[in-house]
Amino acid sequence: MNNDTQTSPPRTDEPMAQIKPKLSNKERMKIPRHPMPEQNPLERARNFFEVPLGYTPEMAMEEAERCLLCKKAKCVEGCPVNVQIPDFIEHVAAGNFSLAAQALKQMNALPAVCGRVCPQEDQCESLCVIGAKVEPVAVGRLERFVADWERANPANGGTGSKVKIPELPPPTGKKVAIIGAGPAGLTCAGDLAKRGHAVTIFEALHKPGGVLVYGIPEFRLPKQIVEAEVQYLEKLGVQIKCDFVVGMTRTIDELMNEDGYDAVFIGTGAGLPYFMGLPGENLNGVYSANEFLTRVNLMKGFEFPNHADTPVPMAKHVVVVGGGNTAMDAARTALRLPWTEKVYIVYRRSHVEMPARKEEIHHGEQEGIEFLLLTNPTRFLGKDGWLNGVECQKMELGEPDASGRRKPVAIPGSEFTLEAEAVIIAVGNGSNPLINKTTPGLSVTKYGNIIADESGKTSREGVWAGGDIVIGAATVIKAMGAGKSAAKAIDEFVTGKKQ
Amino acid sequence: MSALSAIQLLAHKLEREGQTNITSYGDSVFRILEKNDLAAKVFRYVIEAPDVAKKAKAGQFVILRLYNDGERIPITLADWNVAKGTITLYVQAIGKTTIMMSMMKAGDALADVVGPLGIPSHVEKGKTLVALGGGFGIAAIHPIVRAHKLIGNKTISIIGARTKELMLMENEMRAISDDVRIATDDGSYGTKGFVTTVLKSMLENRELMDVVLAIGPVVMMKAVADLTRSYGVQTLVSLNPIMMDGTGMCGACRVVVGDKLQFACVDGPEFDAHKVDFELLVARQKMYSPQEKISMELFNKICEAQEHRETAAW
Ligand SMILES: Cc1cc2nc3c(=O)[nH]c(=O)nc-3n(C[C@H](O)[C@H](O)[C@H](O)COP(=O)(O)OP(=O)(O)OC[C@H]3O[C@@H](n4cnc5c(N)ncnc54)[C@H](O)[C@@H]3O)c2cc1C
Ligand SMILES: Cc1cc2nc3c(=O)[nH]c(=O)nc-3n(C[C@H](O)[C@H](O)[C@H](O)COP(=O)(O)OP(=O)(O)OC[C@H]3O[C@@H](n4cnc5c(N)ncnc54)[C@H](O)[C@@H]3O)c2cc1C
Ligand code: SF4
Ligand code: FES
Repeated sequence: MNNDTQTSPPRTDEPMAQIKPKLSNKERMKIPRHPMPEQNPLERARNFFEVPLGYTPEMAMEEAERCLLCKKAKCVEGCPVNVQIPDFIEHVAAGNFSLAAQALKQMNALPAVCGRVCPQEDQCESLCVIGAKVEPVAVGRLERFVADWERANPANGGTGSKVKIPELPPPTGKKVAIIGAGPAGLTCAGDLAKRGHAVTIFEALHKPGGVLVYGIPEFRLPKQIVEAEVQYLEKLGVQIKCDFVVGMTRTIDELMNEDGYDAVFIGTGAGLPYFMGLPGENLNGVYSANEFLTRVNLMKGFEFPNHADTPVPMAKHVVVVGGGNTAMDAARTALRLPWTEKVYIVYRRSHVEMPARKEEIHHGEQEGIEFLLLTNPTRFLGKDGWLNGVECQKMELGEPDASGRRKPVAIPGSEFTLEAEAVIIAVGNGSNPLINKTTPGLSVTKYGNIIADESGKTSREGVWAGGDIVIGAATVIKAMGAGKSAAKAIDEFVTGKKQ
Repeated sequence: MSALSAIQLLAHKLEREGQTNITSYGDSVFRILEKNDLAAKVFRYVIEAPDVAKKAKAGQFVILRLYNDGERIPITLADWNVAKGTITLYVQAIGKTTIMMSMMKAGDALADVVGPLGIPSHVEKGKTLVALGGGFGIAAIHPIVRAHKLIGNKTISIIGARTKELMLMENEMRAISDDVRIATDDGSYGTKGFVTTVLKSMLENRELMDVVLAIGPVVMMKAVADLTRSYGVQTLVSLNPIMMDGTGMCGACRVVVGDKLQFACVDGPEFDAHKVDFELLVARQKMYSPQEKISMELFNKICEAQEHRETAAW
């Protein structure tokens, strides 16, 4: 029997399309924001399945009814890639999910990813007009719903292939090299392929996806979603060469001068882990968040030793240092390993200053992670080379610093010790210098970030850059936005270029 | 073990589909073209990896993965052939991954080979080099000694083994060294003792040398560093901490050299031996020892079960 007919859900293009009585704004605002169905906290704290389960079509339509469909929509201004939010929500409300998907995908190539990981509370939802009186429209959840619906329902009836492949223009004969298969590189590659250029992505690791596969864990972003996006790019004709470190396997000059690439996009991310320089930091048991997360996610260490060979730390007590998404992911991942009993987050500022997505902090609290706020580690303690504890110090907030946030100041005599066999340092990432060192004439800042203009154009002719490597550790959507602008500029460059 | 390769065996056990050693992205196939069983559990592999071969330099390494659920392990580039698009590796079978690799055959393919990684060895004209290698370290010093020889430097290689039969690469080393000195633990060939015994007498006899290079087990590299320190001879070692990505992304490979934190995969692997914190390196190499043991025990069980099954089938 044909596999496709077994696994694909029935083809239901517009299952719910219907005409509804128009609601007044007042009536719309009376509908409460629809909560997201989620796995029970205590159960999920022990498994790697996705935490939020997603809206049903009924829930999505009901939530979409809350949107006032503003003419000058504030939410759109908050979206780094200007998704036409009221347009797609209007289609959801009417049950026209495939039209909603089309509207959404016009500006955002990876809605299934963004619907899950964007900090909507700081972007679209923070500006939603109804947010002043009631809770804002759940734009992110609707985005996720539409993207998931589209993946499950082939948009043009093709068997097996879940998404419609746009008709490609004839090949232009131009070759573009994309360095790094993170969200910046993937977006740039897709846009260029759709314009008929021959695109090759060079990725250092053995799997494409960047932070989406090695950093963000399965329970927040199922890897199958990223794989589907990558397969879509391959269908567009994009070549993906993994196990290829630009700077080592080939330099940018070799790609352009010897291998015939007409332009290059650098999307290598912020992949250099910072350590704290504290005593005891090299004890066995102290890990960078990158090492820990890569072992568990990319190398599937959560299945060690039965289904994966890469070992992961086996600790009962885990202390994670930091307050961003990386720290939340590390803490919640550690909690899910079968041998872990207790996980602490140690963060030197207070709750409101934590840069992580609010939802992740909330989920972490629900799952039983203990947050030690206004607390900072002072040294790592150990015996015979192995970590057995962390000495911490309480902090208080003083005068605002350069970032405008109140500066944490140590309280003398407040030291205390936490028992721990593993510490995960998640205090930020810098830029990897491999490309800078091997690309003469490429201007970088003193922190090693590549200097680029609005379109991503660098100091080197024919070389663009975008994402975390340019702006420092930021967000998925900003990286995608940068990939998109660069694709436009690269297209103009290679097509206008004289032979 | 017979017909089944180790990889197929694991796939079989884990009830996964065959296909495990084919990488799903791109068209690269890292096929093993030749495999030789040398002494002392060391195996020599010639592997198809044209991109790596094209750029390889003495002192660099690759990271490889056997199959889709395998771990990433670093192995030094012992040789390469640009025209044939091949690289040569010498791998000592000491744990789960390297033993599994030793069960692979010519014709099998690795899932991944990435490189060349690390900074090439510092090779300067007009120097007399004394290179010491133990175990797979002999394979690691080979391309560096050759690079010195090629620019006209005088090269003296000191290679060692437990006993005569286990000596690796003697002929290869003779071909590129002005002088090869041998040490065996039992005295069955050359000097009785370690490679450091030979070096010690050379230093005491004030033999001329500008650079000493040592690659092998950490105890050996540390012993060399301690010996040459008082003579003030420049000494280089290639460090082998635990690595994962090999591109500076994880910090697993961090070592301390001259009080500075360094990532061996991108800042090394070669460092000034007199500044290396060897104690830290020894401790950090044991980071995953308990897990490595679990992994090995499980693998042994799987192999035994498979042997039983095969015997039963007869
Ligand atoms: C744990 C974690 C959680 C996060 N959570 C969120 C979140 O919830 N929401 C959000 O919006 N953002 C989040 N972020 C931030 C977000 O993931 C990044 O901003 C985004 O991935 C940056 O995309 P990028 O394409 O610039 O780089 P990356 O995603 O870092 O991808 C870069 C790619 O380039 C490859 N590469 C590097 N050097 C080379 C080279 N020399 N040759 C070839 N390939 C190379 C890398 O291997 C990698 O695959 C998180 C980050 C982390 C680490
Ligand atoms: C730069 C470099 C070059 C190397 N070159 C060679 C070589 O040419 N030939 C050779 O035989 N070996 C080489 N090694 C060592 C080799 O990587 C390890 O022997 C191998 O990883 C062991 O894996 P395993 O699963 O078989 O053994 P395990 O049982 O997992 O480990 C045995 C020991 O090997 C070391 N080890 C384990 N995993 C890693 C890892 N991911 N990275 C580094 N070390 C690890 C640890 O010290 C461990 O205690 C090199 C190591 C480095 C860092
Ligand atoms: S601002 Fe809010 S109500 Fe207005 S269109 Fe956007 S989501 Fe709808
Ligand atoms: S191996 Fe990860 S930084 Fe060196």
